[in-house]
Amino acid sequence: MTLLETQNLTAHYGDFQALFGVDFTMDEGETVAVIGANGAGKSTFLRTLTGLHPSKGQTITFDGQPIAGLAGDAIHKAGLAMVPEGRRLFRSLTVEENLMIGAAGKLSGPWTLEAVYTLFPDLVAKRHNPGTALSGGQQQMVAIGRALMSNPKLLLCDEISLGLAPKIIKDIYPAVPHIRARGTSIIVVEQDVGQAMAVADRIYCFMEGRVTLTGTPHSLTREQIAHAYFGMGV
Amino acid sequence: MIWVNALVQGVLLGGLYALFAAGLSLMFGVMRFINIAHGDFIVVGAYAILFFIVGLGLPPALGVFLVIVLMAAGGYLNQNLLLNRVLGKDILPPVLVTFGMSIIIQNALLEGFSADSQKLATGWFETSSIPLGQELAIGLLPLLMFLTAVGVIAALQWVFYHTAMGRMLRATSDDPEILPLMGGNRAHTFAVATALASVVVGVAGIWLAMKTNFDPAAGPARLLFAFEAVIIGGLGNLWGTLLEGVILGVAQSIGAQIDAGYQILAGHLAFLLILIIRPTGLMPKVVK
Repeated sequence: MTLLETQNLTAHYGDFQALFGVDFTMDEGETVAVIGANGAGKSTFLRTLTGLHPSKGQTITFDGQPIAGLAGDAIHKAGLAMVPEGRRLFRSLTVEENLMIGAAGKLSGPWTLEAVYTLFPDLVAKRHNPGTALSGGQQQMVAIGRALMSNPKLLLCDEISLGLAPKIIKDIYPAVPHIRARGTSIIVVEQDVGQAMAVADRIYCFMEGRVTLTGTPHSLTREQIAHAYFGMGV
Repeated sequence: MIWVNALVQGVLLGGLYALFAAGLSLMFGVMRFINIAHGDFIVVGAYAILFFIVGLGLPPALGVFLVIVLMAAGGYLNQNLLLNRVLGKDILPPVLVTFGMSIIIQNALLEGFSADSQKLATGWFETSSIPLGQELAIGLLPLLMFLTAVGVIAALQWVFYHTAMGRMLRATSDDPEILPLMGGNRAHTFAVATALASVVVGVAGIWLAMKTNFDPAAGPARLLFAFEAVIIGGLGNLWGTLLEGVILGVAQSIGAQIDAGYQILAGHLAFLLILIIRPTGLMPKVVK
């Protein structure tokens, strides 16, 4: 069943157009990676889905409902949660409070404090520390846990490997199969193509606000991806 | 002993200033804007309690209840219908709008209640005192006023640190943009913050009515005291606000002990002195 569909989605920042007619579709249970260079429109795409960027009058269908133009909190309550770029933890809240505020939408489901601590055991000892007193990797765990606490149908992860050491990324990505196993669909936005290929069922490549390539990881060649990513042959 | 007396009375007066300041501090802490009409809202609270008790002859408890409920509802609606529209990256629009409100309120009060100075007479309550030794006594009214301030600030701290709404308010203070990603509604959260602040404003207005004379133009001076307590207490810090309210109160009553004309001046000088020594306030920390 189709979980999310956009048709001809556009986005503007003033006179600057960031998205030029993005058609995107994904099924329930899928993990989709959106790859592309800086400024390709990946983050804008996620921001438009979540309502952080206005989408009034456009066509975005989520779980059978039109959500374009809805307020961000209404979209959140429909079951769409995002791990924002740069983690954005609340600095005056403890780790546990950061997690609990993720559940403010009051949707029930498999994700509870306990489930998040089972997924990321490193956080248990830090639960009463300020969220921002943690290492980058642990902060990313809190940000993912915070989004999961709302028990979303679809989890959007914006560059969760950004600024983290490769070793730490290896600690975080194993969480993805566990999240999928609980029935959550996932969109990961990545600049790291290898990471995206490893984790996703399907890939969308963005360039300059347009979708330049889609397909399953094993059906795409390096040349195709390089061309779609950089707009030139390698 | 007169100096000890001045000190004690100053501490108790500081409770009133802390009440003036707590609402302002809360609104700044959560929404990062200064309500220029804050003092006028306090005076509205004072007129409201006077109207309910003296004008309508309602029992005091009912009057207090009505003032608090009406202030909370008014604060929520004012934020939701008006102030939320002008809050944004530019800090000037909310300043201009609340400045306009300040003028409207003062003139409306002038129209409705005349320019006469008013006070809510409370009979035995304002004349009772608790003797401490031969030369020192603490008035019952100032003592309860101070305890109210401590209680209000403790209650606000409790709301901030032990309720889901408090968590949401602190999160809003940190990063309002991503609040919708948590399922939070910014307009509603802002309005709740203003409603909470307005309850404190109502309480401050009630004590103002009992403690001193007030008239329709009394607001801006209250705003000034509140402003001073908020700034030197550390913006957005409630216990710091209480501490600074006390410092302001003590400076004023010691100034008044030297010469009655020095009361206000001494408070402002204490403010300037702390601002020079510690420009970020005594306990700088945003809503913590």
